[in-house]
Amino acid sequence: MKATFLDFEQPIADLETKIEELRFVQDDSAVDISEEIARLETKSQALTKDIYAKLTPWQSALVARHPQRPYTLDYIEHMFTDFEEMHGDRAFADDHAIVGGMARFNGQACMVIGHQKGRDTREKILRNFGMPRPEGYRKALRLMRLAEKFGMPVFTFIDTPGAYPGIDAEERGQSEAIGHNLYVMAELKVPIIATVIGEGGSGGALAIAVADSVFMMQYATYSVISPEGCASILWKSADKAGEAAEIMGITASRLKSLGLIDRIVSEPLGGAHRDHRAAAQSLKRALQDALRQCADLSPGDLVEKRFDRLMGYGKFKEQQVA
Amino acid sequence: MSWLQKLLPPKIKRESGRKSIPEGLWVKCPACEAVLYNSDLEGNLNVCPKCNHHQRLRARARLDMLLDPEGRFEIGAEVVPVDPLKFKDSKRYTDRLAAAFEDTGEADALVVMQGAIQTVPCVIACFEFDFMGGSMGSVVGERFVRGVKAAIEQNMSFICISATGGARMQEGLFSLMQMAKTTAALTQLAQRRLPYLSVLTDPTMGGVSASFAFMGDVVIAEPGALVGFAGPRVIEQTVREKLPEGFQRSEFLLEKGAVDMIVDRRDMRSKLSALMTLLLRQAPAHT
Repeated sequence: MKATFLDFEQPIADLETKIEELRFVQDDSAVDISEEIARLETKSQALTKDIYAKLTPWQSALVARHPQRPYTLDYIEHMFTDFEEMHGDRAFADDHAIVGGMARFNGQACMVIGHQKGRDTREKILRNFGMPRPEGYRKALRLMRLAEKFGMPVFTFIDTPGAYPGIDAEERGQSEAIGHNLYVMAELKVPIIATVIGEGGSGGALAIAVADSVFMMQYATYSVISPEGCASILWKSADKAGEAAEIMGITASRLKSLGLIDRIVSEPLGGAHRDHRAAAQSLKRALQDALRQCADLSPGDLVEKRFDRLMGYGKFKEQQVA
Repeated sequence: MSWLQKLLPPKIKRESGRKSIPEGLWVKCPACEAVLYNSDLEGNLNVCPKCNHHQRLRARARLDMLLDPEGRFEIGAEVVPVDPLKFKDSKRYTDRLAAAFEDTGEADALVVMQGAIQTVPCVIACFEFDFMGGSMGSVVGERFVRGVKAAIEQNMSFICISATGGARMQEGLFSLMQMAKTTAALTQLAQRRLPYLSVLTDPTMGGVSASFAFMGDVVIAEPGALVGFAGPRVIEQTVREKLPEGFQRSEFLLEKGAVDMIVDRRDMRSKLSALMTLLLRQAPAHT
């Protein structure tokens, strides 16, 4: 797979092209230039480290949307075994923008649910760019209920620009579908562990992200509205998305410091898209820790703890009323 | 003075000046364009007497209309907003809050009161749309939760009247989390078998629509209210086609099975009281 570079990665891309050229030359050259190649590779890594250490929130958003970023099914492949995908909401259709089913996590039976984006044009359309319709959320709800019935922990993976804003989605009750999930997840009697792996787009993300532990991959974003949406409302121009990303606080580090997420899962150098397996290994360790934390809790305590956590969201002050 | 003005006879000149009409005496109905006396409109709960168009109603006016005059008091007024992100676009968030307070006299976009409707006790949370588009931030979420808690403690029904554009951008992810917080609170109300009635008024959109608004034991809409997840403009841009007539209006929602009933504002008081007593298996309230 040839790497795709984002605009701000251009210096890395230039170096990598040069390395590639040298390798090509080396193949039929008598002179040994491997030392030169090694030197450039080190330089490329240092440059990547440098650029990624200084990512702006907007650049983070671009990494979160990177076309080669690992999606839910990639993480499932690397972290779980015996995945049995299940389909449909039993009422209308199967939504391909959300995938889910039973699997084993270190041998333990569990439920996995996540948004799914497409890799090529055909799959992107099939997956509706990761934007679920009500039937997607209702499938997720059905699977969560099933997990509760059989005492399985639920792992969710969040990666959506948002719930689909379409005529059909509205007709079938997009609002109700999302609201219902929030309601049921608040009182589900099995552990829920949510990870934002890419884009955490608003209500469409939250609808599978009410959890006992909420993690974010290092370059994932999570926000109440997309930076473009925020910019087009506040400045009447989507071009100001960079500024909107800055002020809204959408990155893992900002949200961690605000106490809105529990843990940042580090990504391989240059982002999860450079090494799906390494990203998944990093996440797997975090998920194991989270599961261990819930292991000793009774269902009642688990729900109570989750409830207290939900009630704690929000920043306000209290003053004397006149 | 120009040559034209010099030419005009004095009488015509005077008539070009406007005669003063007291501000706000007349209003035009935005739906049927009938010219109405403002006092007539207010006396009719902001419903146009000619075409029944339900105009927006301020939170306190609505609470006045719904609650019995005796024994009502406010809940959660002590909770007031802060600016957790130091949010600033063309204006600071704190300046927007101050301006909204100036305009509405409210500290945030939700007013919660305990009282009774036709003697049936309840807690009502009512959105103030004129406060930053009735948007939901941390204060709206917290006041909502305190309202639900009060209903649980006093063993009474909880009612929410929505009028909102959705989550408040200026509080970022804190606002999004209010969707989970408010909805979770309702699970405790349900465990105690206490009714939750949700009334959707114009408009009920976004993060409020997609959280507690549709979780009511009974979901009621006012006639002609715009209710949906995504705004019509966003949908139009996404699907690139004209939206059907009446799309996302109450009548459309009723047809699609999304709401239980459409209730005229002038019947709301008796309807809410009737529904509460039915759900509580009590005798109807004497009116």
